[in-house]
Amino acid sequence: MRRQGLFVILMTFAGLVFLYAPIVTMMVLSFNSSRLVTVWGGFSLHWYRELLNNEALLDGAWLSIEIAALSATAAVVLGTLAGFVLSRFGAFRGKVAMAGMVSAPLVMPEVITGLSLLLLFVAMEELIGWPAGRGITTLVLSHATFCMAYVAIVVQSRLAQMDGVLEEAALDLGARPWRAFLDVTLPMLAPALISGWLLAFTLSFDDLVISSFVSGPGSSTLPMLIFSKVRLGVSPDVNALATIMITIVAACVFLYAWRASTRLGRRKSGAAGTQPSGA
Amino acid sequence: MTSLASNRSAAGPADAPFVRIEGVTKRFGDFVAVNNISLDIHRSELFCLLGGSGSGKSTLLRMLAGFEHPTEGRILIDGQDMTGVPPYERPVNMMFQSYALFPHMTVADNVGYGLRRAGVARREVKRRVAEMLNLVKMGDFAHRKPDQLSGGQRQRVALARSLVRQPKLLLLDEPLGALDKKLREETQFELMKIQTQLGTTFIVVTHDQDEAMTLASRMGVMNEGQLVQVGEPRNLYEFPSSRFVAQFIGAVNMFEGVLVDDEPDHVRIRSEEAGCTFFVNHGISSAPGQTVHVAVRPEKIRLSREIPPGADNVVKGVVDEIAYLGNLSVFQVRLGTGKLIRVTLPNLDRHEGTTFEPSDTVHCSWGPSSGVVLAS
Amino acid sequence: MTANAHLEQPARAAPGTPRNGSPQQFGRQAVTAVPMLWLLVFFALPFVFVMKISLAEADIAVPPYTALLTWVDNKILSIHIDLSKYLFLFEDSLYLAAYLGSLKIAAVSTIFCLFIAFPIALFIARQKPETRIFWLALVMLPFWTSMLLRVYAWIGILQSNGIINSVLLELGLIHEPLALLQTDFAVYLGIIYSYLPFMVLPLYATLEKLDETLIEASADLGARPTTSFLTVTLPLALPGVVAGCVMVFVPAVGEFVIPALMGGPDTLMIGRVLWDEFFSNRDWPMASAVAIVMLIVLVVPVMLLRSRGRHSLGHG
Repeated sequence: MRRQGLFVILMTFAGLVFLYAPIVTMMVLSFNSSRLVTVWGGFSLHWYRELLNNEALLDGAWLSIEIAALSATAAVVLGTLAGFVLSRFGAFRGKVAMAGMVSAPLVMPEVITGLSLLLLFVAMEELIGWPAGRGITTLVLSHATFCMAYVAIVVQSRLAQMDGVLEEAALDLGARPWRAFLDVTLPMLAPALISGWLLAFTLSFDDLVISSFVSGPGSSTLPMLIFSKVRLGVSPDVNALATIMITIVAACVFLYAWRASTRLGRRKSGAAGTQPSGA
Repeated sequence: MTSLASNRSAAGPADAPFVRIEGVTKRFGDFVAVNNISLDIHRSELFCLLGGSGSGKSTLLRMLAGFEHPTEGRILIDGQDMTGVPPYERPVNMMFQSYALFPHMTVADNVGYGLRRAGVARREVKRRVAEMLNLVKMGDFAHRKPDQLSGGQRQRVALARSLVRQPKLLLLDEPLGALDKKLREETQFELMKIQTQLGTTFIVVTHDQDEAMTLASRMGVMNEGQLVQVGEPRNLYEFPSSRFVAQFIGAVNMFEGVLVDDEPDHVRIRSEEAGCTFFVNHGISSAPGQTVHVAVRPEKIRLSREIPPGADNVVKGVVDEIAYLGNLSVFQVRLGTGKLIRVTLPNLDRHEGTTFEPSDTVHCSWGPSSGVVLAS
Repeated sequence: MTANAHLEQPARAAPGTPRNGSPQQFGRQAVTAVPMLWLLVFFALPFVFVMKISLAEADIAVPPYTALLTWVDNKILSIHIDLSKYLFLFEDSLYLAAYLGSLKIAAVSTIFCLFIAFPIALFIARQKPETRIFWLALVMLPFWTSMLLRVYAWIGILQSNGIINSVLLELGLIHEPLALLQTDFAVYLGIIYSYLPFMVLPLYATLEKLDETLIEASADLGARPTTSFLTVTLPLALPGVVAGCVMVFVPAVGEFVIPALMGGPDTLMIGRVLWDEFFSNRDWPMASAVAIVMLIVLVVPVMLLRSRGRHSLGHG
């Protein structure tokens, strides 16, 4: 570890306090029996109970999970193909356009993406009659599109780290290109694909703006329901909901970090443990 | 610098060539990586391609493996035209410089991969993998993952993996490059032993001339995409055809001179640079007055305090620096013309001070067959 | 926005590039076509419709706009293009103010993010590899949780009967609650807070690759830490700075949730204007025109910044 300047350390901790203060506050308040944020009415699971009785919110959550799972799966397939094509196929016609279309959704303001997709769906319904109306189909198509960009970037950066020589070795040993992809590329990509899927899932699950544009009546996702609740003011059951969601995400993220860290540690000690034997 | 390989039987030129490279050129855009190379390699040869980085040797190897396609020309392996044949359909395997072991598979799975792709039955795969691992002395490591192996062990696994399909031709890209010096020397001999045992044709790419000299039954020197000279290691060292080859393989003292006397059985070259006349005991059939170069290897020069007999092949100088290397000492001698030459003498005795000291005046001399006349 | 499409050196074709017409060539084309077609249909094509509808007129119909092309008596094709939306954009000072307001808020927030994120990224990059990932997870965790909920968390803190006001009142520092929420200040705070991880990640990605011996070399050559930072670290981290700024600035310009929840009625941001045109006024052509102009406004700064790559978002 390099020596850290005092300024850097102070700024880092100030930054982390800034990042976590609101989250921690919200989590604490979720156990407050009082509705007021300034009064501690004692520890209570009241808001969690209320949450579990809120049918609309639970339906929205289930819908969001469904959509997120479908979109994440589609995004992983599409994003892997895009990332693979961009980093392994060398130069081809349309590569610049493809690379642009892969990275642009990362920064495109959501209101623009949402509006443009809605207009597309409306026009498609007029022209070919599909997708009929707006609902789960349009939500999944939209989410898969913006999530695939994230997956493609993750896949691309992973592929850039592992140069093509392993795939060449497989070809050299008699594997056809598809076989080499399945036997070598895919297992090497697996961690990136898992984190890509999880990233796509959370992005889809959390999306409010694009969903608002492309969803139809009866397909209100969880963020849309939260948004309409929150617009009317603070409601403590949202605190409870946020606490549950953040806890799940935090558990996943730190489990992943812990696994990655031990893997790193094992590789280090593994390499040190084997002495070169001059048999 | 001995050629240990030269006593092994290389198939004579009477056989049909096993690998035939016909006028192969490879261009990347405007850059010519390989420039019109033609080369025949015989069955069971251990052929080394020696060259610096960017000489095109790796590109040539990748074309043999099928990862690159020649821009012009074609490659035949065992009489079969390889044009358009993808890597996975070639009777060729490659040992990669980085070894390219699949990190997610065990040693046994790595070695068995090629057999499974060929549809070999599972029991047969197991048997042949075990056999191959024993050959490279890695039988005890079958269930390890590559990141639990040392560099030398990985090298053996990579070798086993590339040999298990019994390829007609094995390509080795800097096979010993990642090993340290001591291990490299041991492994060289093992590689040769395995090659003789299996009789597979090997083509080795290397930038290390010692490695090439040790391994090769024949070798080719590459420079800027061209094949400069092909021959047995001893021939390349003793009879280089150009200044590039003379300087690339081993150390050499190079003198510019003018041809003054060209007879069928000898030539005389007057060199102002050396301040003496060279006598070489063979003819070169060239016109007198032509500017040529004479190359003399440092170990072929004798040093003495007294003037040796004869007028040619002798020059006076002063010892400038001495480097003691243990088995031999390297002397830098400044000639009367100011040119520095390099002379190596074996350290035959353990006593000190028996040879020469810096600023001693010495006479450098060499035999009539020591100098090589180079027209290019 | 094609930062990572750096063209391959002409010298290196892809390994084993097959020849035209071979079955492998067909396989490659098929593999390329799937993501390509998807992106063309669901990313590129929609903009054509946005463009088209921005030239239509609003109508009380389903969908609520007029057609550009109509058949008069089934014989004559009539083209009806309406530029009034664009004219209106420039006439009504509300839109101009919203565009400028968005650019200003996004730019200021981006600069704040950069200053807050840089020390954090530097701190993480200087950790041992095994601990780095934990620090990174700590910073990236908020990025993985709903932005909506994190914005909502601030409401409880900032509102007039929220935590800050109660504490200040309790301490007697103020006698009336401060108006913290529904101000421009709250919007700045919300954007900086929400987009901070997007700045840390690309910065970290470049700083992590920075060779430590370069800093040691500059110290060895007599540079004090500050000088080292300014002359070695910062120039080498520039690609990350650029990438981070793009990742924060561009989406922040079109931000809707934060101004909607934390901004006041006079906080003009163009994303919110678009939303209101679409959802409240049901004026789809106007919303489309706003979107087209926003895209044009955004292309300029991105073009200025795009000189360097954005491969930085790798560690997601």
